Amino acid sequence: MTALTFTLVVWAMSTIAGFLGALTGLGGGVVVVPVLALALGVDIKYAIGASLVSVIATSSGAAAAYVKEGFSNIRIGMLLEIATTIGAVIGAYVAAYTSTHAIAIIFGLVLVQSAYQSLMGGNAEGEAIVKSDALATRLRLGSDYPLDGKRQDYGVVNVPTGFGLMFGAGALSGLLGIGSGAVKVIAMDRAMRIPFKVSTTTSNFMIGVTAAASAGVYLSRGYIEPRVTMPVMLGVLGGAFLGTKVLMRARVRTLRIVFGTVILLLAVEMILNGVMGRV
Amino acid sequence: MDDRHLENILGNLLRAGVLLAAAIVFAGGVLYLVQHSSDAVAYRTFAAGGPDVRTLSGIVRSAAHLNSEGLIQLGLLLLIATPVARVVMAVAGFYLERDHLYVVVSLIVLAVLTFSLMHAT
Repeated sequence: MTALTFTLVVWAMSTIAGFLGALTGLGGGVVVVPVLALALGVDIKYAIGASLVSVIATSSGAAAAYVKEGFSNIRIGMLLEIATTIGAVIGAYVAAYTSTHAIAIIFGLVLVQSAYQSLMGGNAEGEAIVKSDALATRLRLGSDYPLDGKRQDYGVVNVPTGFGLMFGAGALSGLLGIGSGAVKVIAMDRAMRIPFKVSTTTSNFMIGVTAAASAGVYLSRGYIEPRVTMPVMLGVLGGAFLGTKVLMRARVRTLRIVFGTVILLLAVEMILNGVMGRV
Repeated sequence: MDDRHLENILGNLLRAGVLLAAAIVFAGGVLYLVQHSSDAVAYRTFAAGGPDVRTLSGIVRSAAHLNSEGLIQLGLLLLIATPVARVVMAVAGFYLERDHLYVVVSLIVLAVLTFSLMHAT
């Protein structure tokens, strides 16, 4: 394969990755790693490095537009980021002493269940606005977001459960080396009852911060290969920008179906990796 | 200063940083393809590369010589810096709002982020 062909193929795939990543709050890694490592035979270390950059590109590219539109909630993002980062540090430490195959398979099965709920569950729009409970009120987590041309107020509940799940999300990413966007979105959407668009966009905010924390290690180890990562970064940014535009106008039901489909693919990827002992 | 105003500043900062990063990576990419478009590539085996692509000083030096890989890495470094900048801006924003709880929350996030970035090098 020539450098030109490689660049164009990776760029095109990365555009799709960024589009889906921005739309779902999951980052682009779900698509980038299998495309580079399995389809193009790129060494897994380069694929992981490019995937990390793709997560930051999705996050920063999409969040710029989201934040302006007032979808993402910086207070929720910051508060939960503490749980995620602590979880990630502990997960990475524990990973050295435990078998990750079983964890990957269990996590995959949990994702299958979540995918099922996203695809089948909920009424037409699936959005029930709640009032903040006492703790969420004290933490001033409630806010408002654009809905049908107006600003809709929303509340937040079950902060301790959400915090605990975020800790778990971080631990999983530390253990398995995967993006924890799926658990983040599920925790905010299901446990904390935050509107779906706020959940995915706030997840987008958070995954960039989490990924930046490990970028230094990846760079100094040489995982970030410029010629591989260049088309990934440019493609993902463009795709994320496009995804953002679509998200703002998309129906929540449609977004849930896209989300459910992507985490189902992620689940299959996790289970296969676990069974074949690749994690 | 209210939340919406703060969010707009954050959004604009982020957008400028991301666009600049993309422009630098694009320039490096064009330069690379002009010089090497018909080279055969595979990336099947991992080789960690020299300091020109792995260290801050090496990348800056290489980019200053308009080396294509150096330029790409410089743009990627700028992209990696954007989430850090967002957290710093949030600390400042919450401070201006006199929201002390979230100043502390954002500072904890910033501390963990700085620690893991420093730990790497």
